[in-house]
Amino acid sequence: MAKITFVTTDNKSIILEGTSGSVMQLAVDNSIPGIDGDCGGVCSCATCHVHVTPEHVKKTGEASEIETDMLELNDHSNEYSRLCCQIEITDTLDGLVLQVAERE
Amino acid sequence: MEKSKLSDPFEEARIDKGYSEMNDQDDPVTMVLRLKDVRKCAHNWKTYQSGAEPGRIVIPSEVNIRDTRQIPFEVDPPLHKNYRSLIEAWFKRPLQPEYQEKLALQIEEIINEVIDKDSVEVVADFSLKLQSRALTLLLNIPFEESELWISWGTHVFRSEGEALDGAKANILYDYIDKQIGVAIENPGDDLYSMLLASEVNGKKLTHEEIKGIMILTFAGGRDTVINAITNSIAYLAEHPESLESLRNNPDMIGKAVEEFIRYFSPLTQMGRVVTEDAQVCEHAVKADSRISLCWASANRDASVFENPNEIVLDRKVNPHVGFGFSHHNCLGATHARQIMNILLGSLVKKVKSIDIIDYKENIEDLDQFKRKVGYDNISVNFNAL
Repeated sequence: MAKITFVTTDNKSIILEGTSGSVMQLAVDNSIPGIDGDCGGVCSCATCHVHVTPEHVKKTGEASEIETDMLELNDHSNEYSRLCCQIEITDTLDGLVLQVAERE
Repeated sequence: MEKSKLSDPFEEARIDKGYSEMNDQDDPVTMVLRLKDVRKCAHNWKTYQSGAEPGRIVIPSEVNIRDTRQIPFEVDPPLHKNYRSLIEAWFKRPLQPEYQEKLALQIEEIINEVIDKDSVEVVADFSLKLQSRALTLLLNIPFEESELWISWGTHVFRSEGEALDGAKANILYDYIDKQIGVAIENPGDDLYSMLLASEVNGKKLTHEEIKGIMILTFAGGRDTVINAITNSIAYLAEHPESLESLRNNPDMIGKAVEEFIRYFSPLTQMGRVVTEDAQVCEHAVKADSRISLCWASANRDASVFENPNEIVLDRKVNPHVGFGFSHHNCLGATHARQIMNILLGSLVKKVKSIDIIDYKENIEDLDQFKRKVGYDNISVNFNAL
């Protein structure tokens, strides 16, 4: 079980609990504004872009090369950017805080 | 296993040089073929613009048959963003459960119409109907309107041949003019009325701007959706094991949809006009010439996709550009994905197998390349489960 906090673009915090699946799916199932997950989690649409709180990067790990390639041309990406369809929920993520990124 | 195959005519040029050239109505195009280059050029709107003469970024060029600017498609940032934000939420409506329920009913009905018939011509009697009926949901107008659109046939801009046909295009333009007039008289909760009530930069949208958005909505989602549906049916006919696999693992359908879009790449390419002398793959492109972002080639780039010429139904990481890339990515993608998801979900529930009886391929002539995009016609049996 992991408690994950999503901070929306209008600065509302929403705390969700998940046990498995991707962080994107958890967000979509709970209608987090700004996370659409249009492509269902195969890293092609970039509608699940989040910024990981810097001190939590250890929990999520680094983005893969394919993910980085997707994000490098995104106007709102930074070194803490992730596509959250590529983050699997495990107990390690407990306490994670994610800022939902602005849309392109 | 050849009937449903879409080969990759760009492979050699993509590996050798990364670009190719084609002539299109004496307005030559440098085709960008590798995934990373396609993305970079798509993102670089300052050097590769969309806001050129209306119709010029389309390949084949539509400058001779269209004066209306398609919006937001033929507008560059920063103005592009104002238009896009205005209509983005409307085009995300397919994410709503009630939209999906209505679409599911439409798709179920159309499958019931064709199942166990001796022979069904998929393009005209399945895909075109499905696409037209679903468009009534996207526009939020009565279902019956789809009958007129179906009567127009598969191509809005082309007659039976492949050449662009101005007279045929005018049918659509005149129709849209008329519908905008109808919505002015009787505002409702349809897309026309929403646009009529909207403002960009503090000004009401003009008739011409609304027309530009509507032409894009009609034209962008017609051949593309029809080809995606038809190619999927052909593939499942030739691969009963895939139909079975999706039946046993419905969770795989979302991934299968993305893989179909990658493999079929219903839109082969989209152009941009070069604003300053630049280089693509160390090849000079001159200001005021055109480049194309060749989505179909990029989607077979073996440096990104393992076994690019195979359909891997559960491909887990699939960063395809079948819906384009960056700020101009496909506005109708949410609608198209729902159509494909619901279609596959319904087929596996109702159809045991599909047999191909006869078919004629639709081959695009891209100068040096010939690319199959789908079928002019394909007759099949849908065998009930």
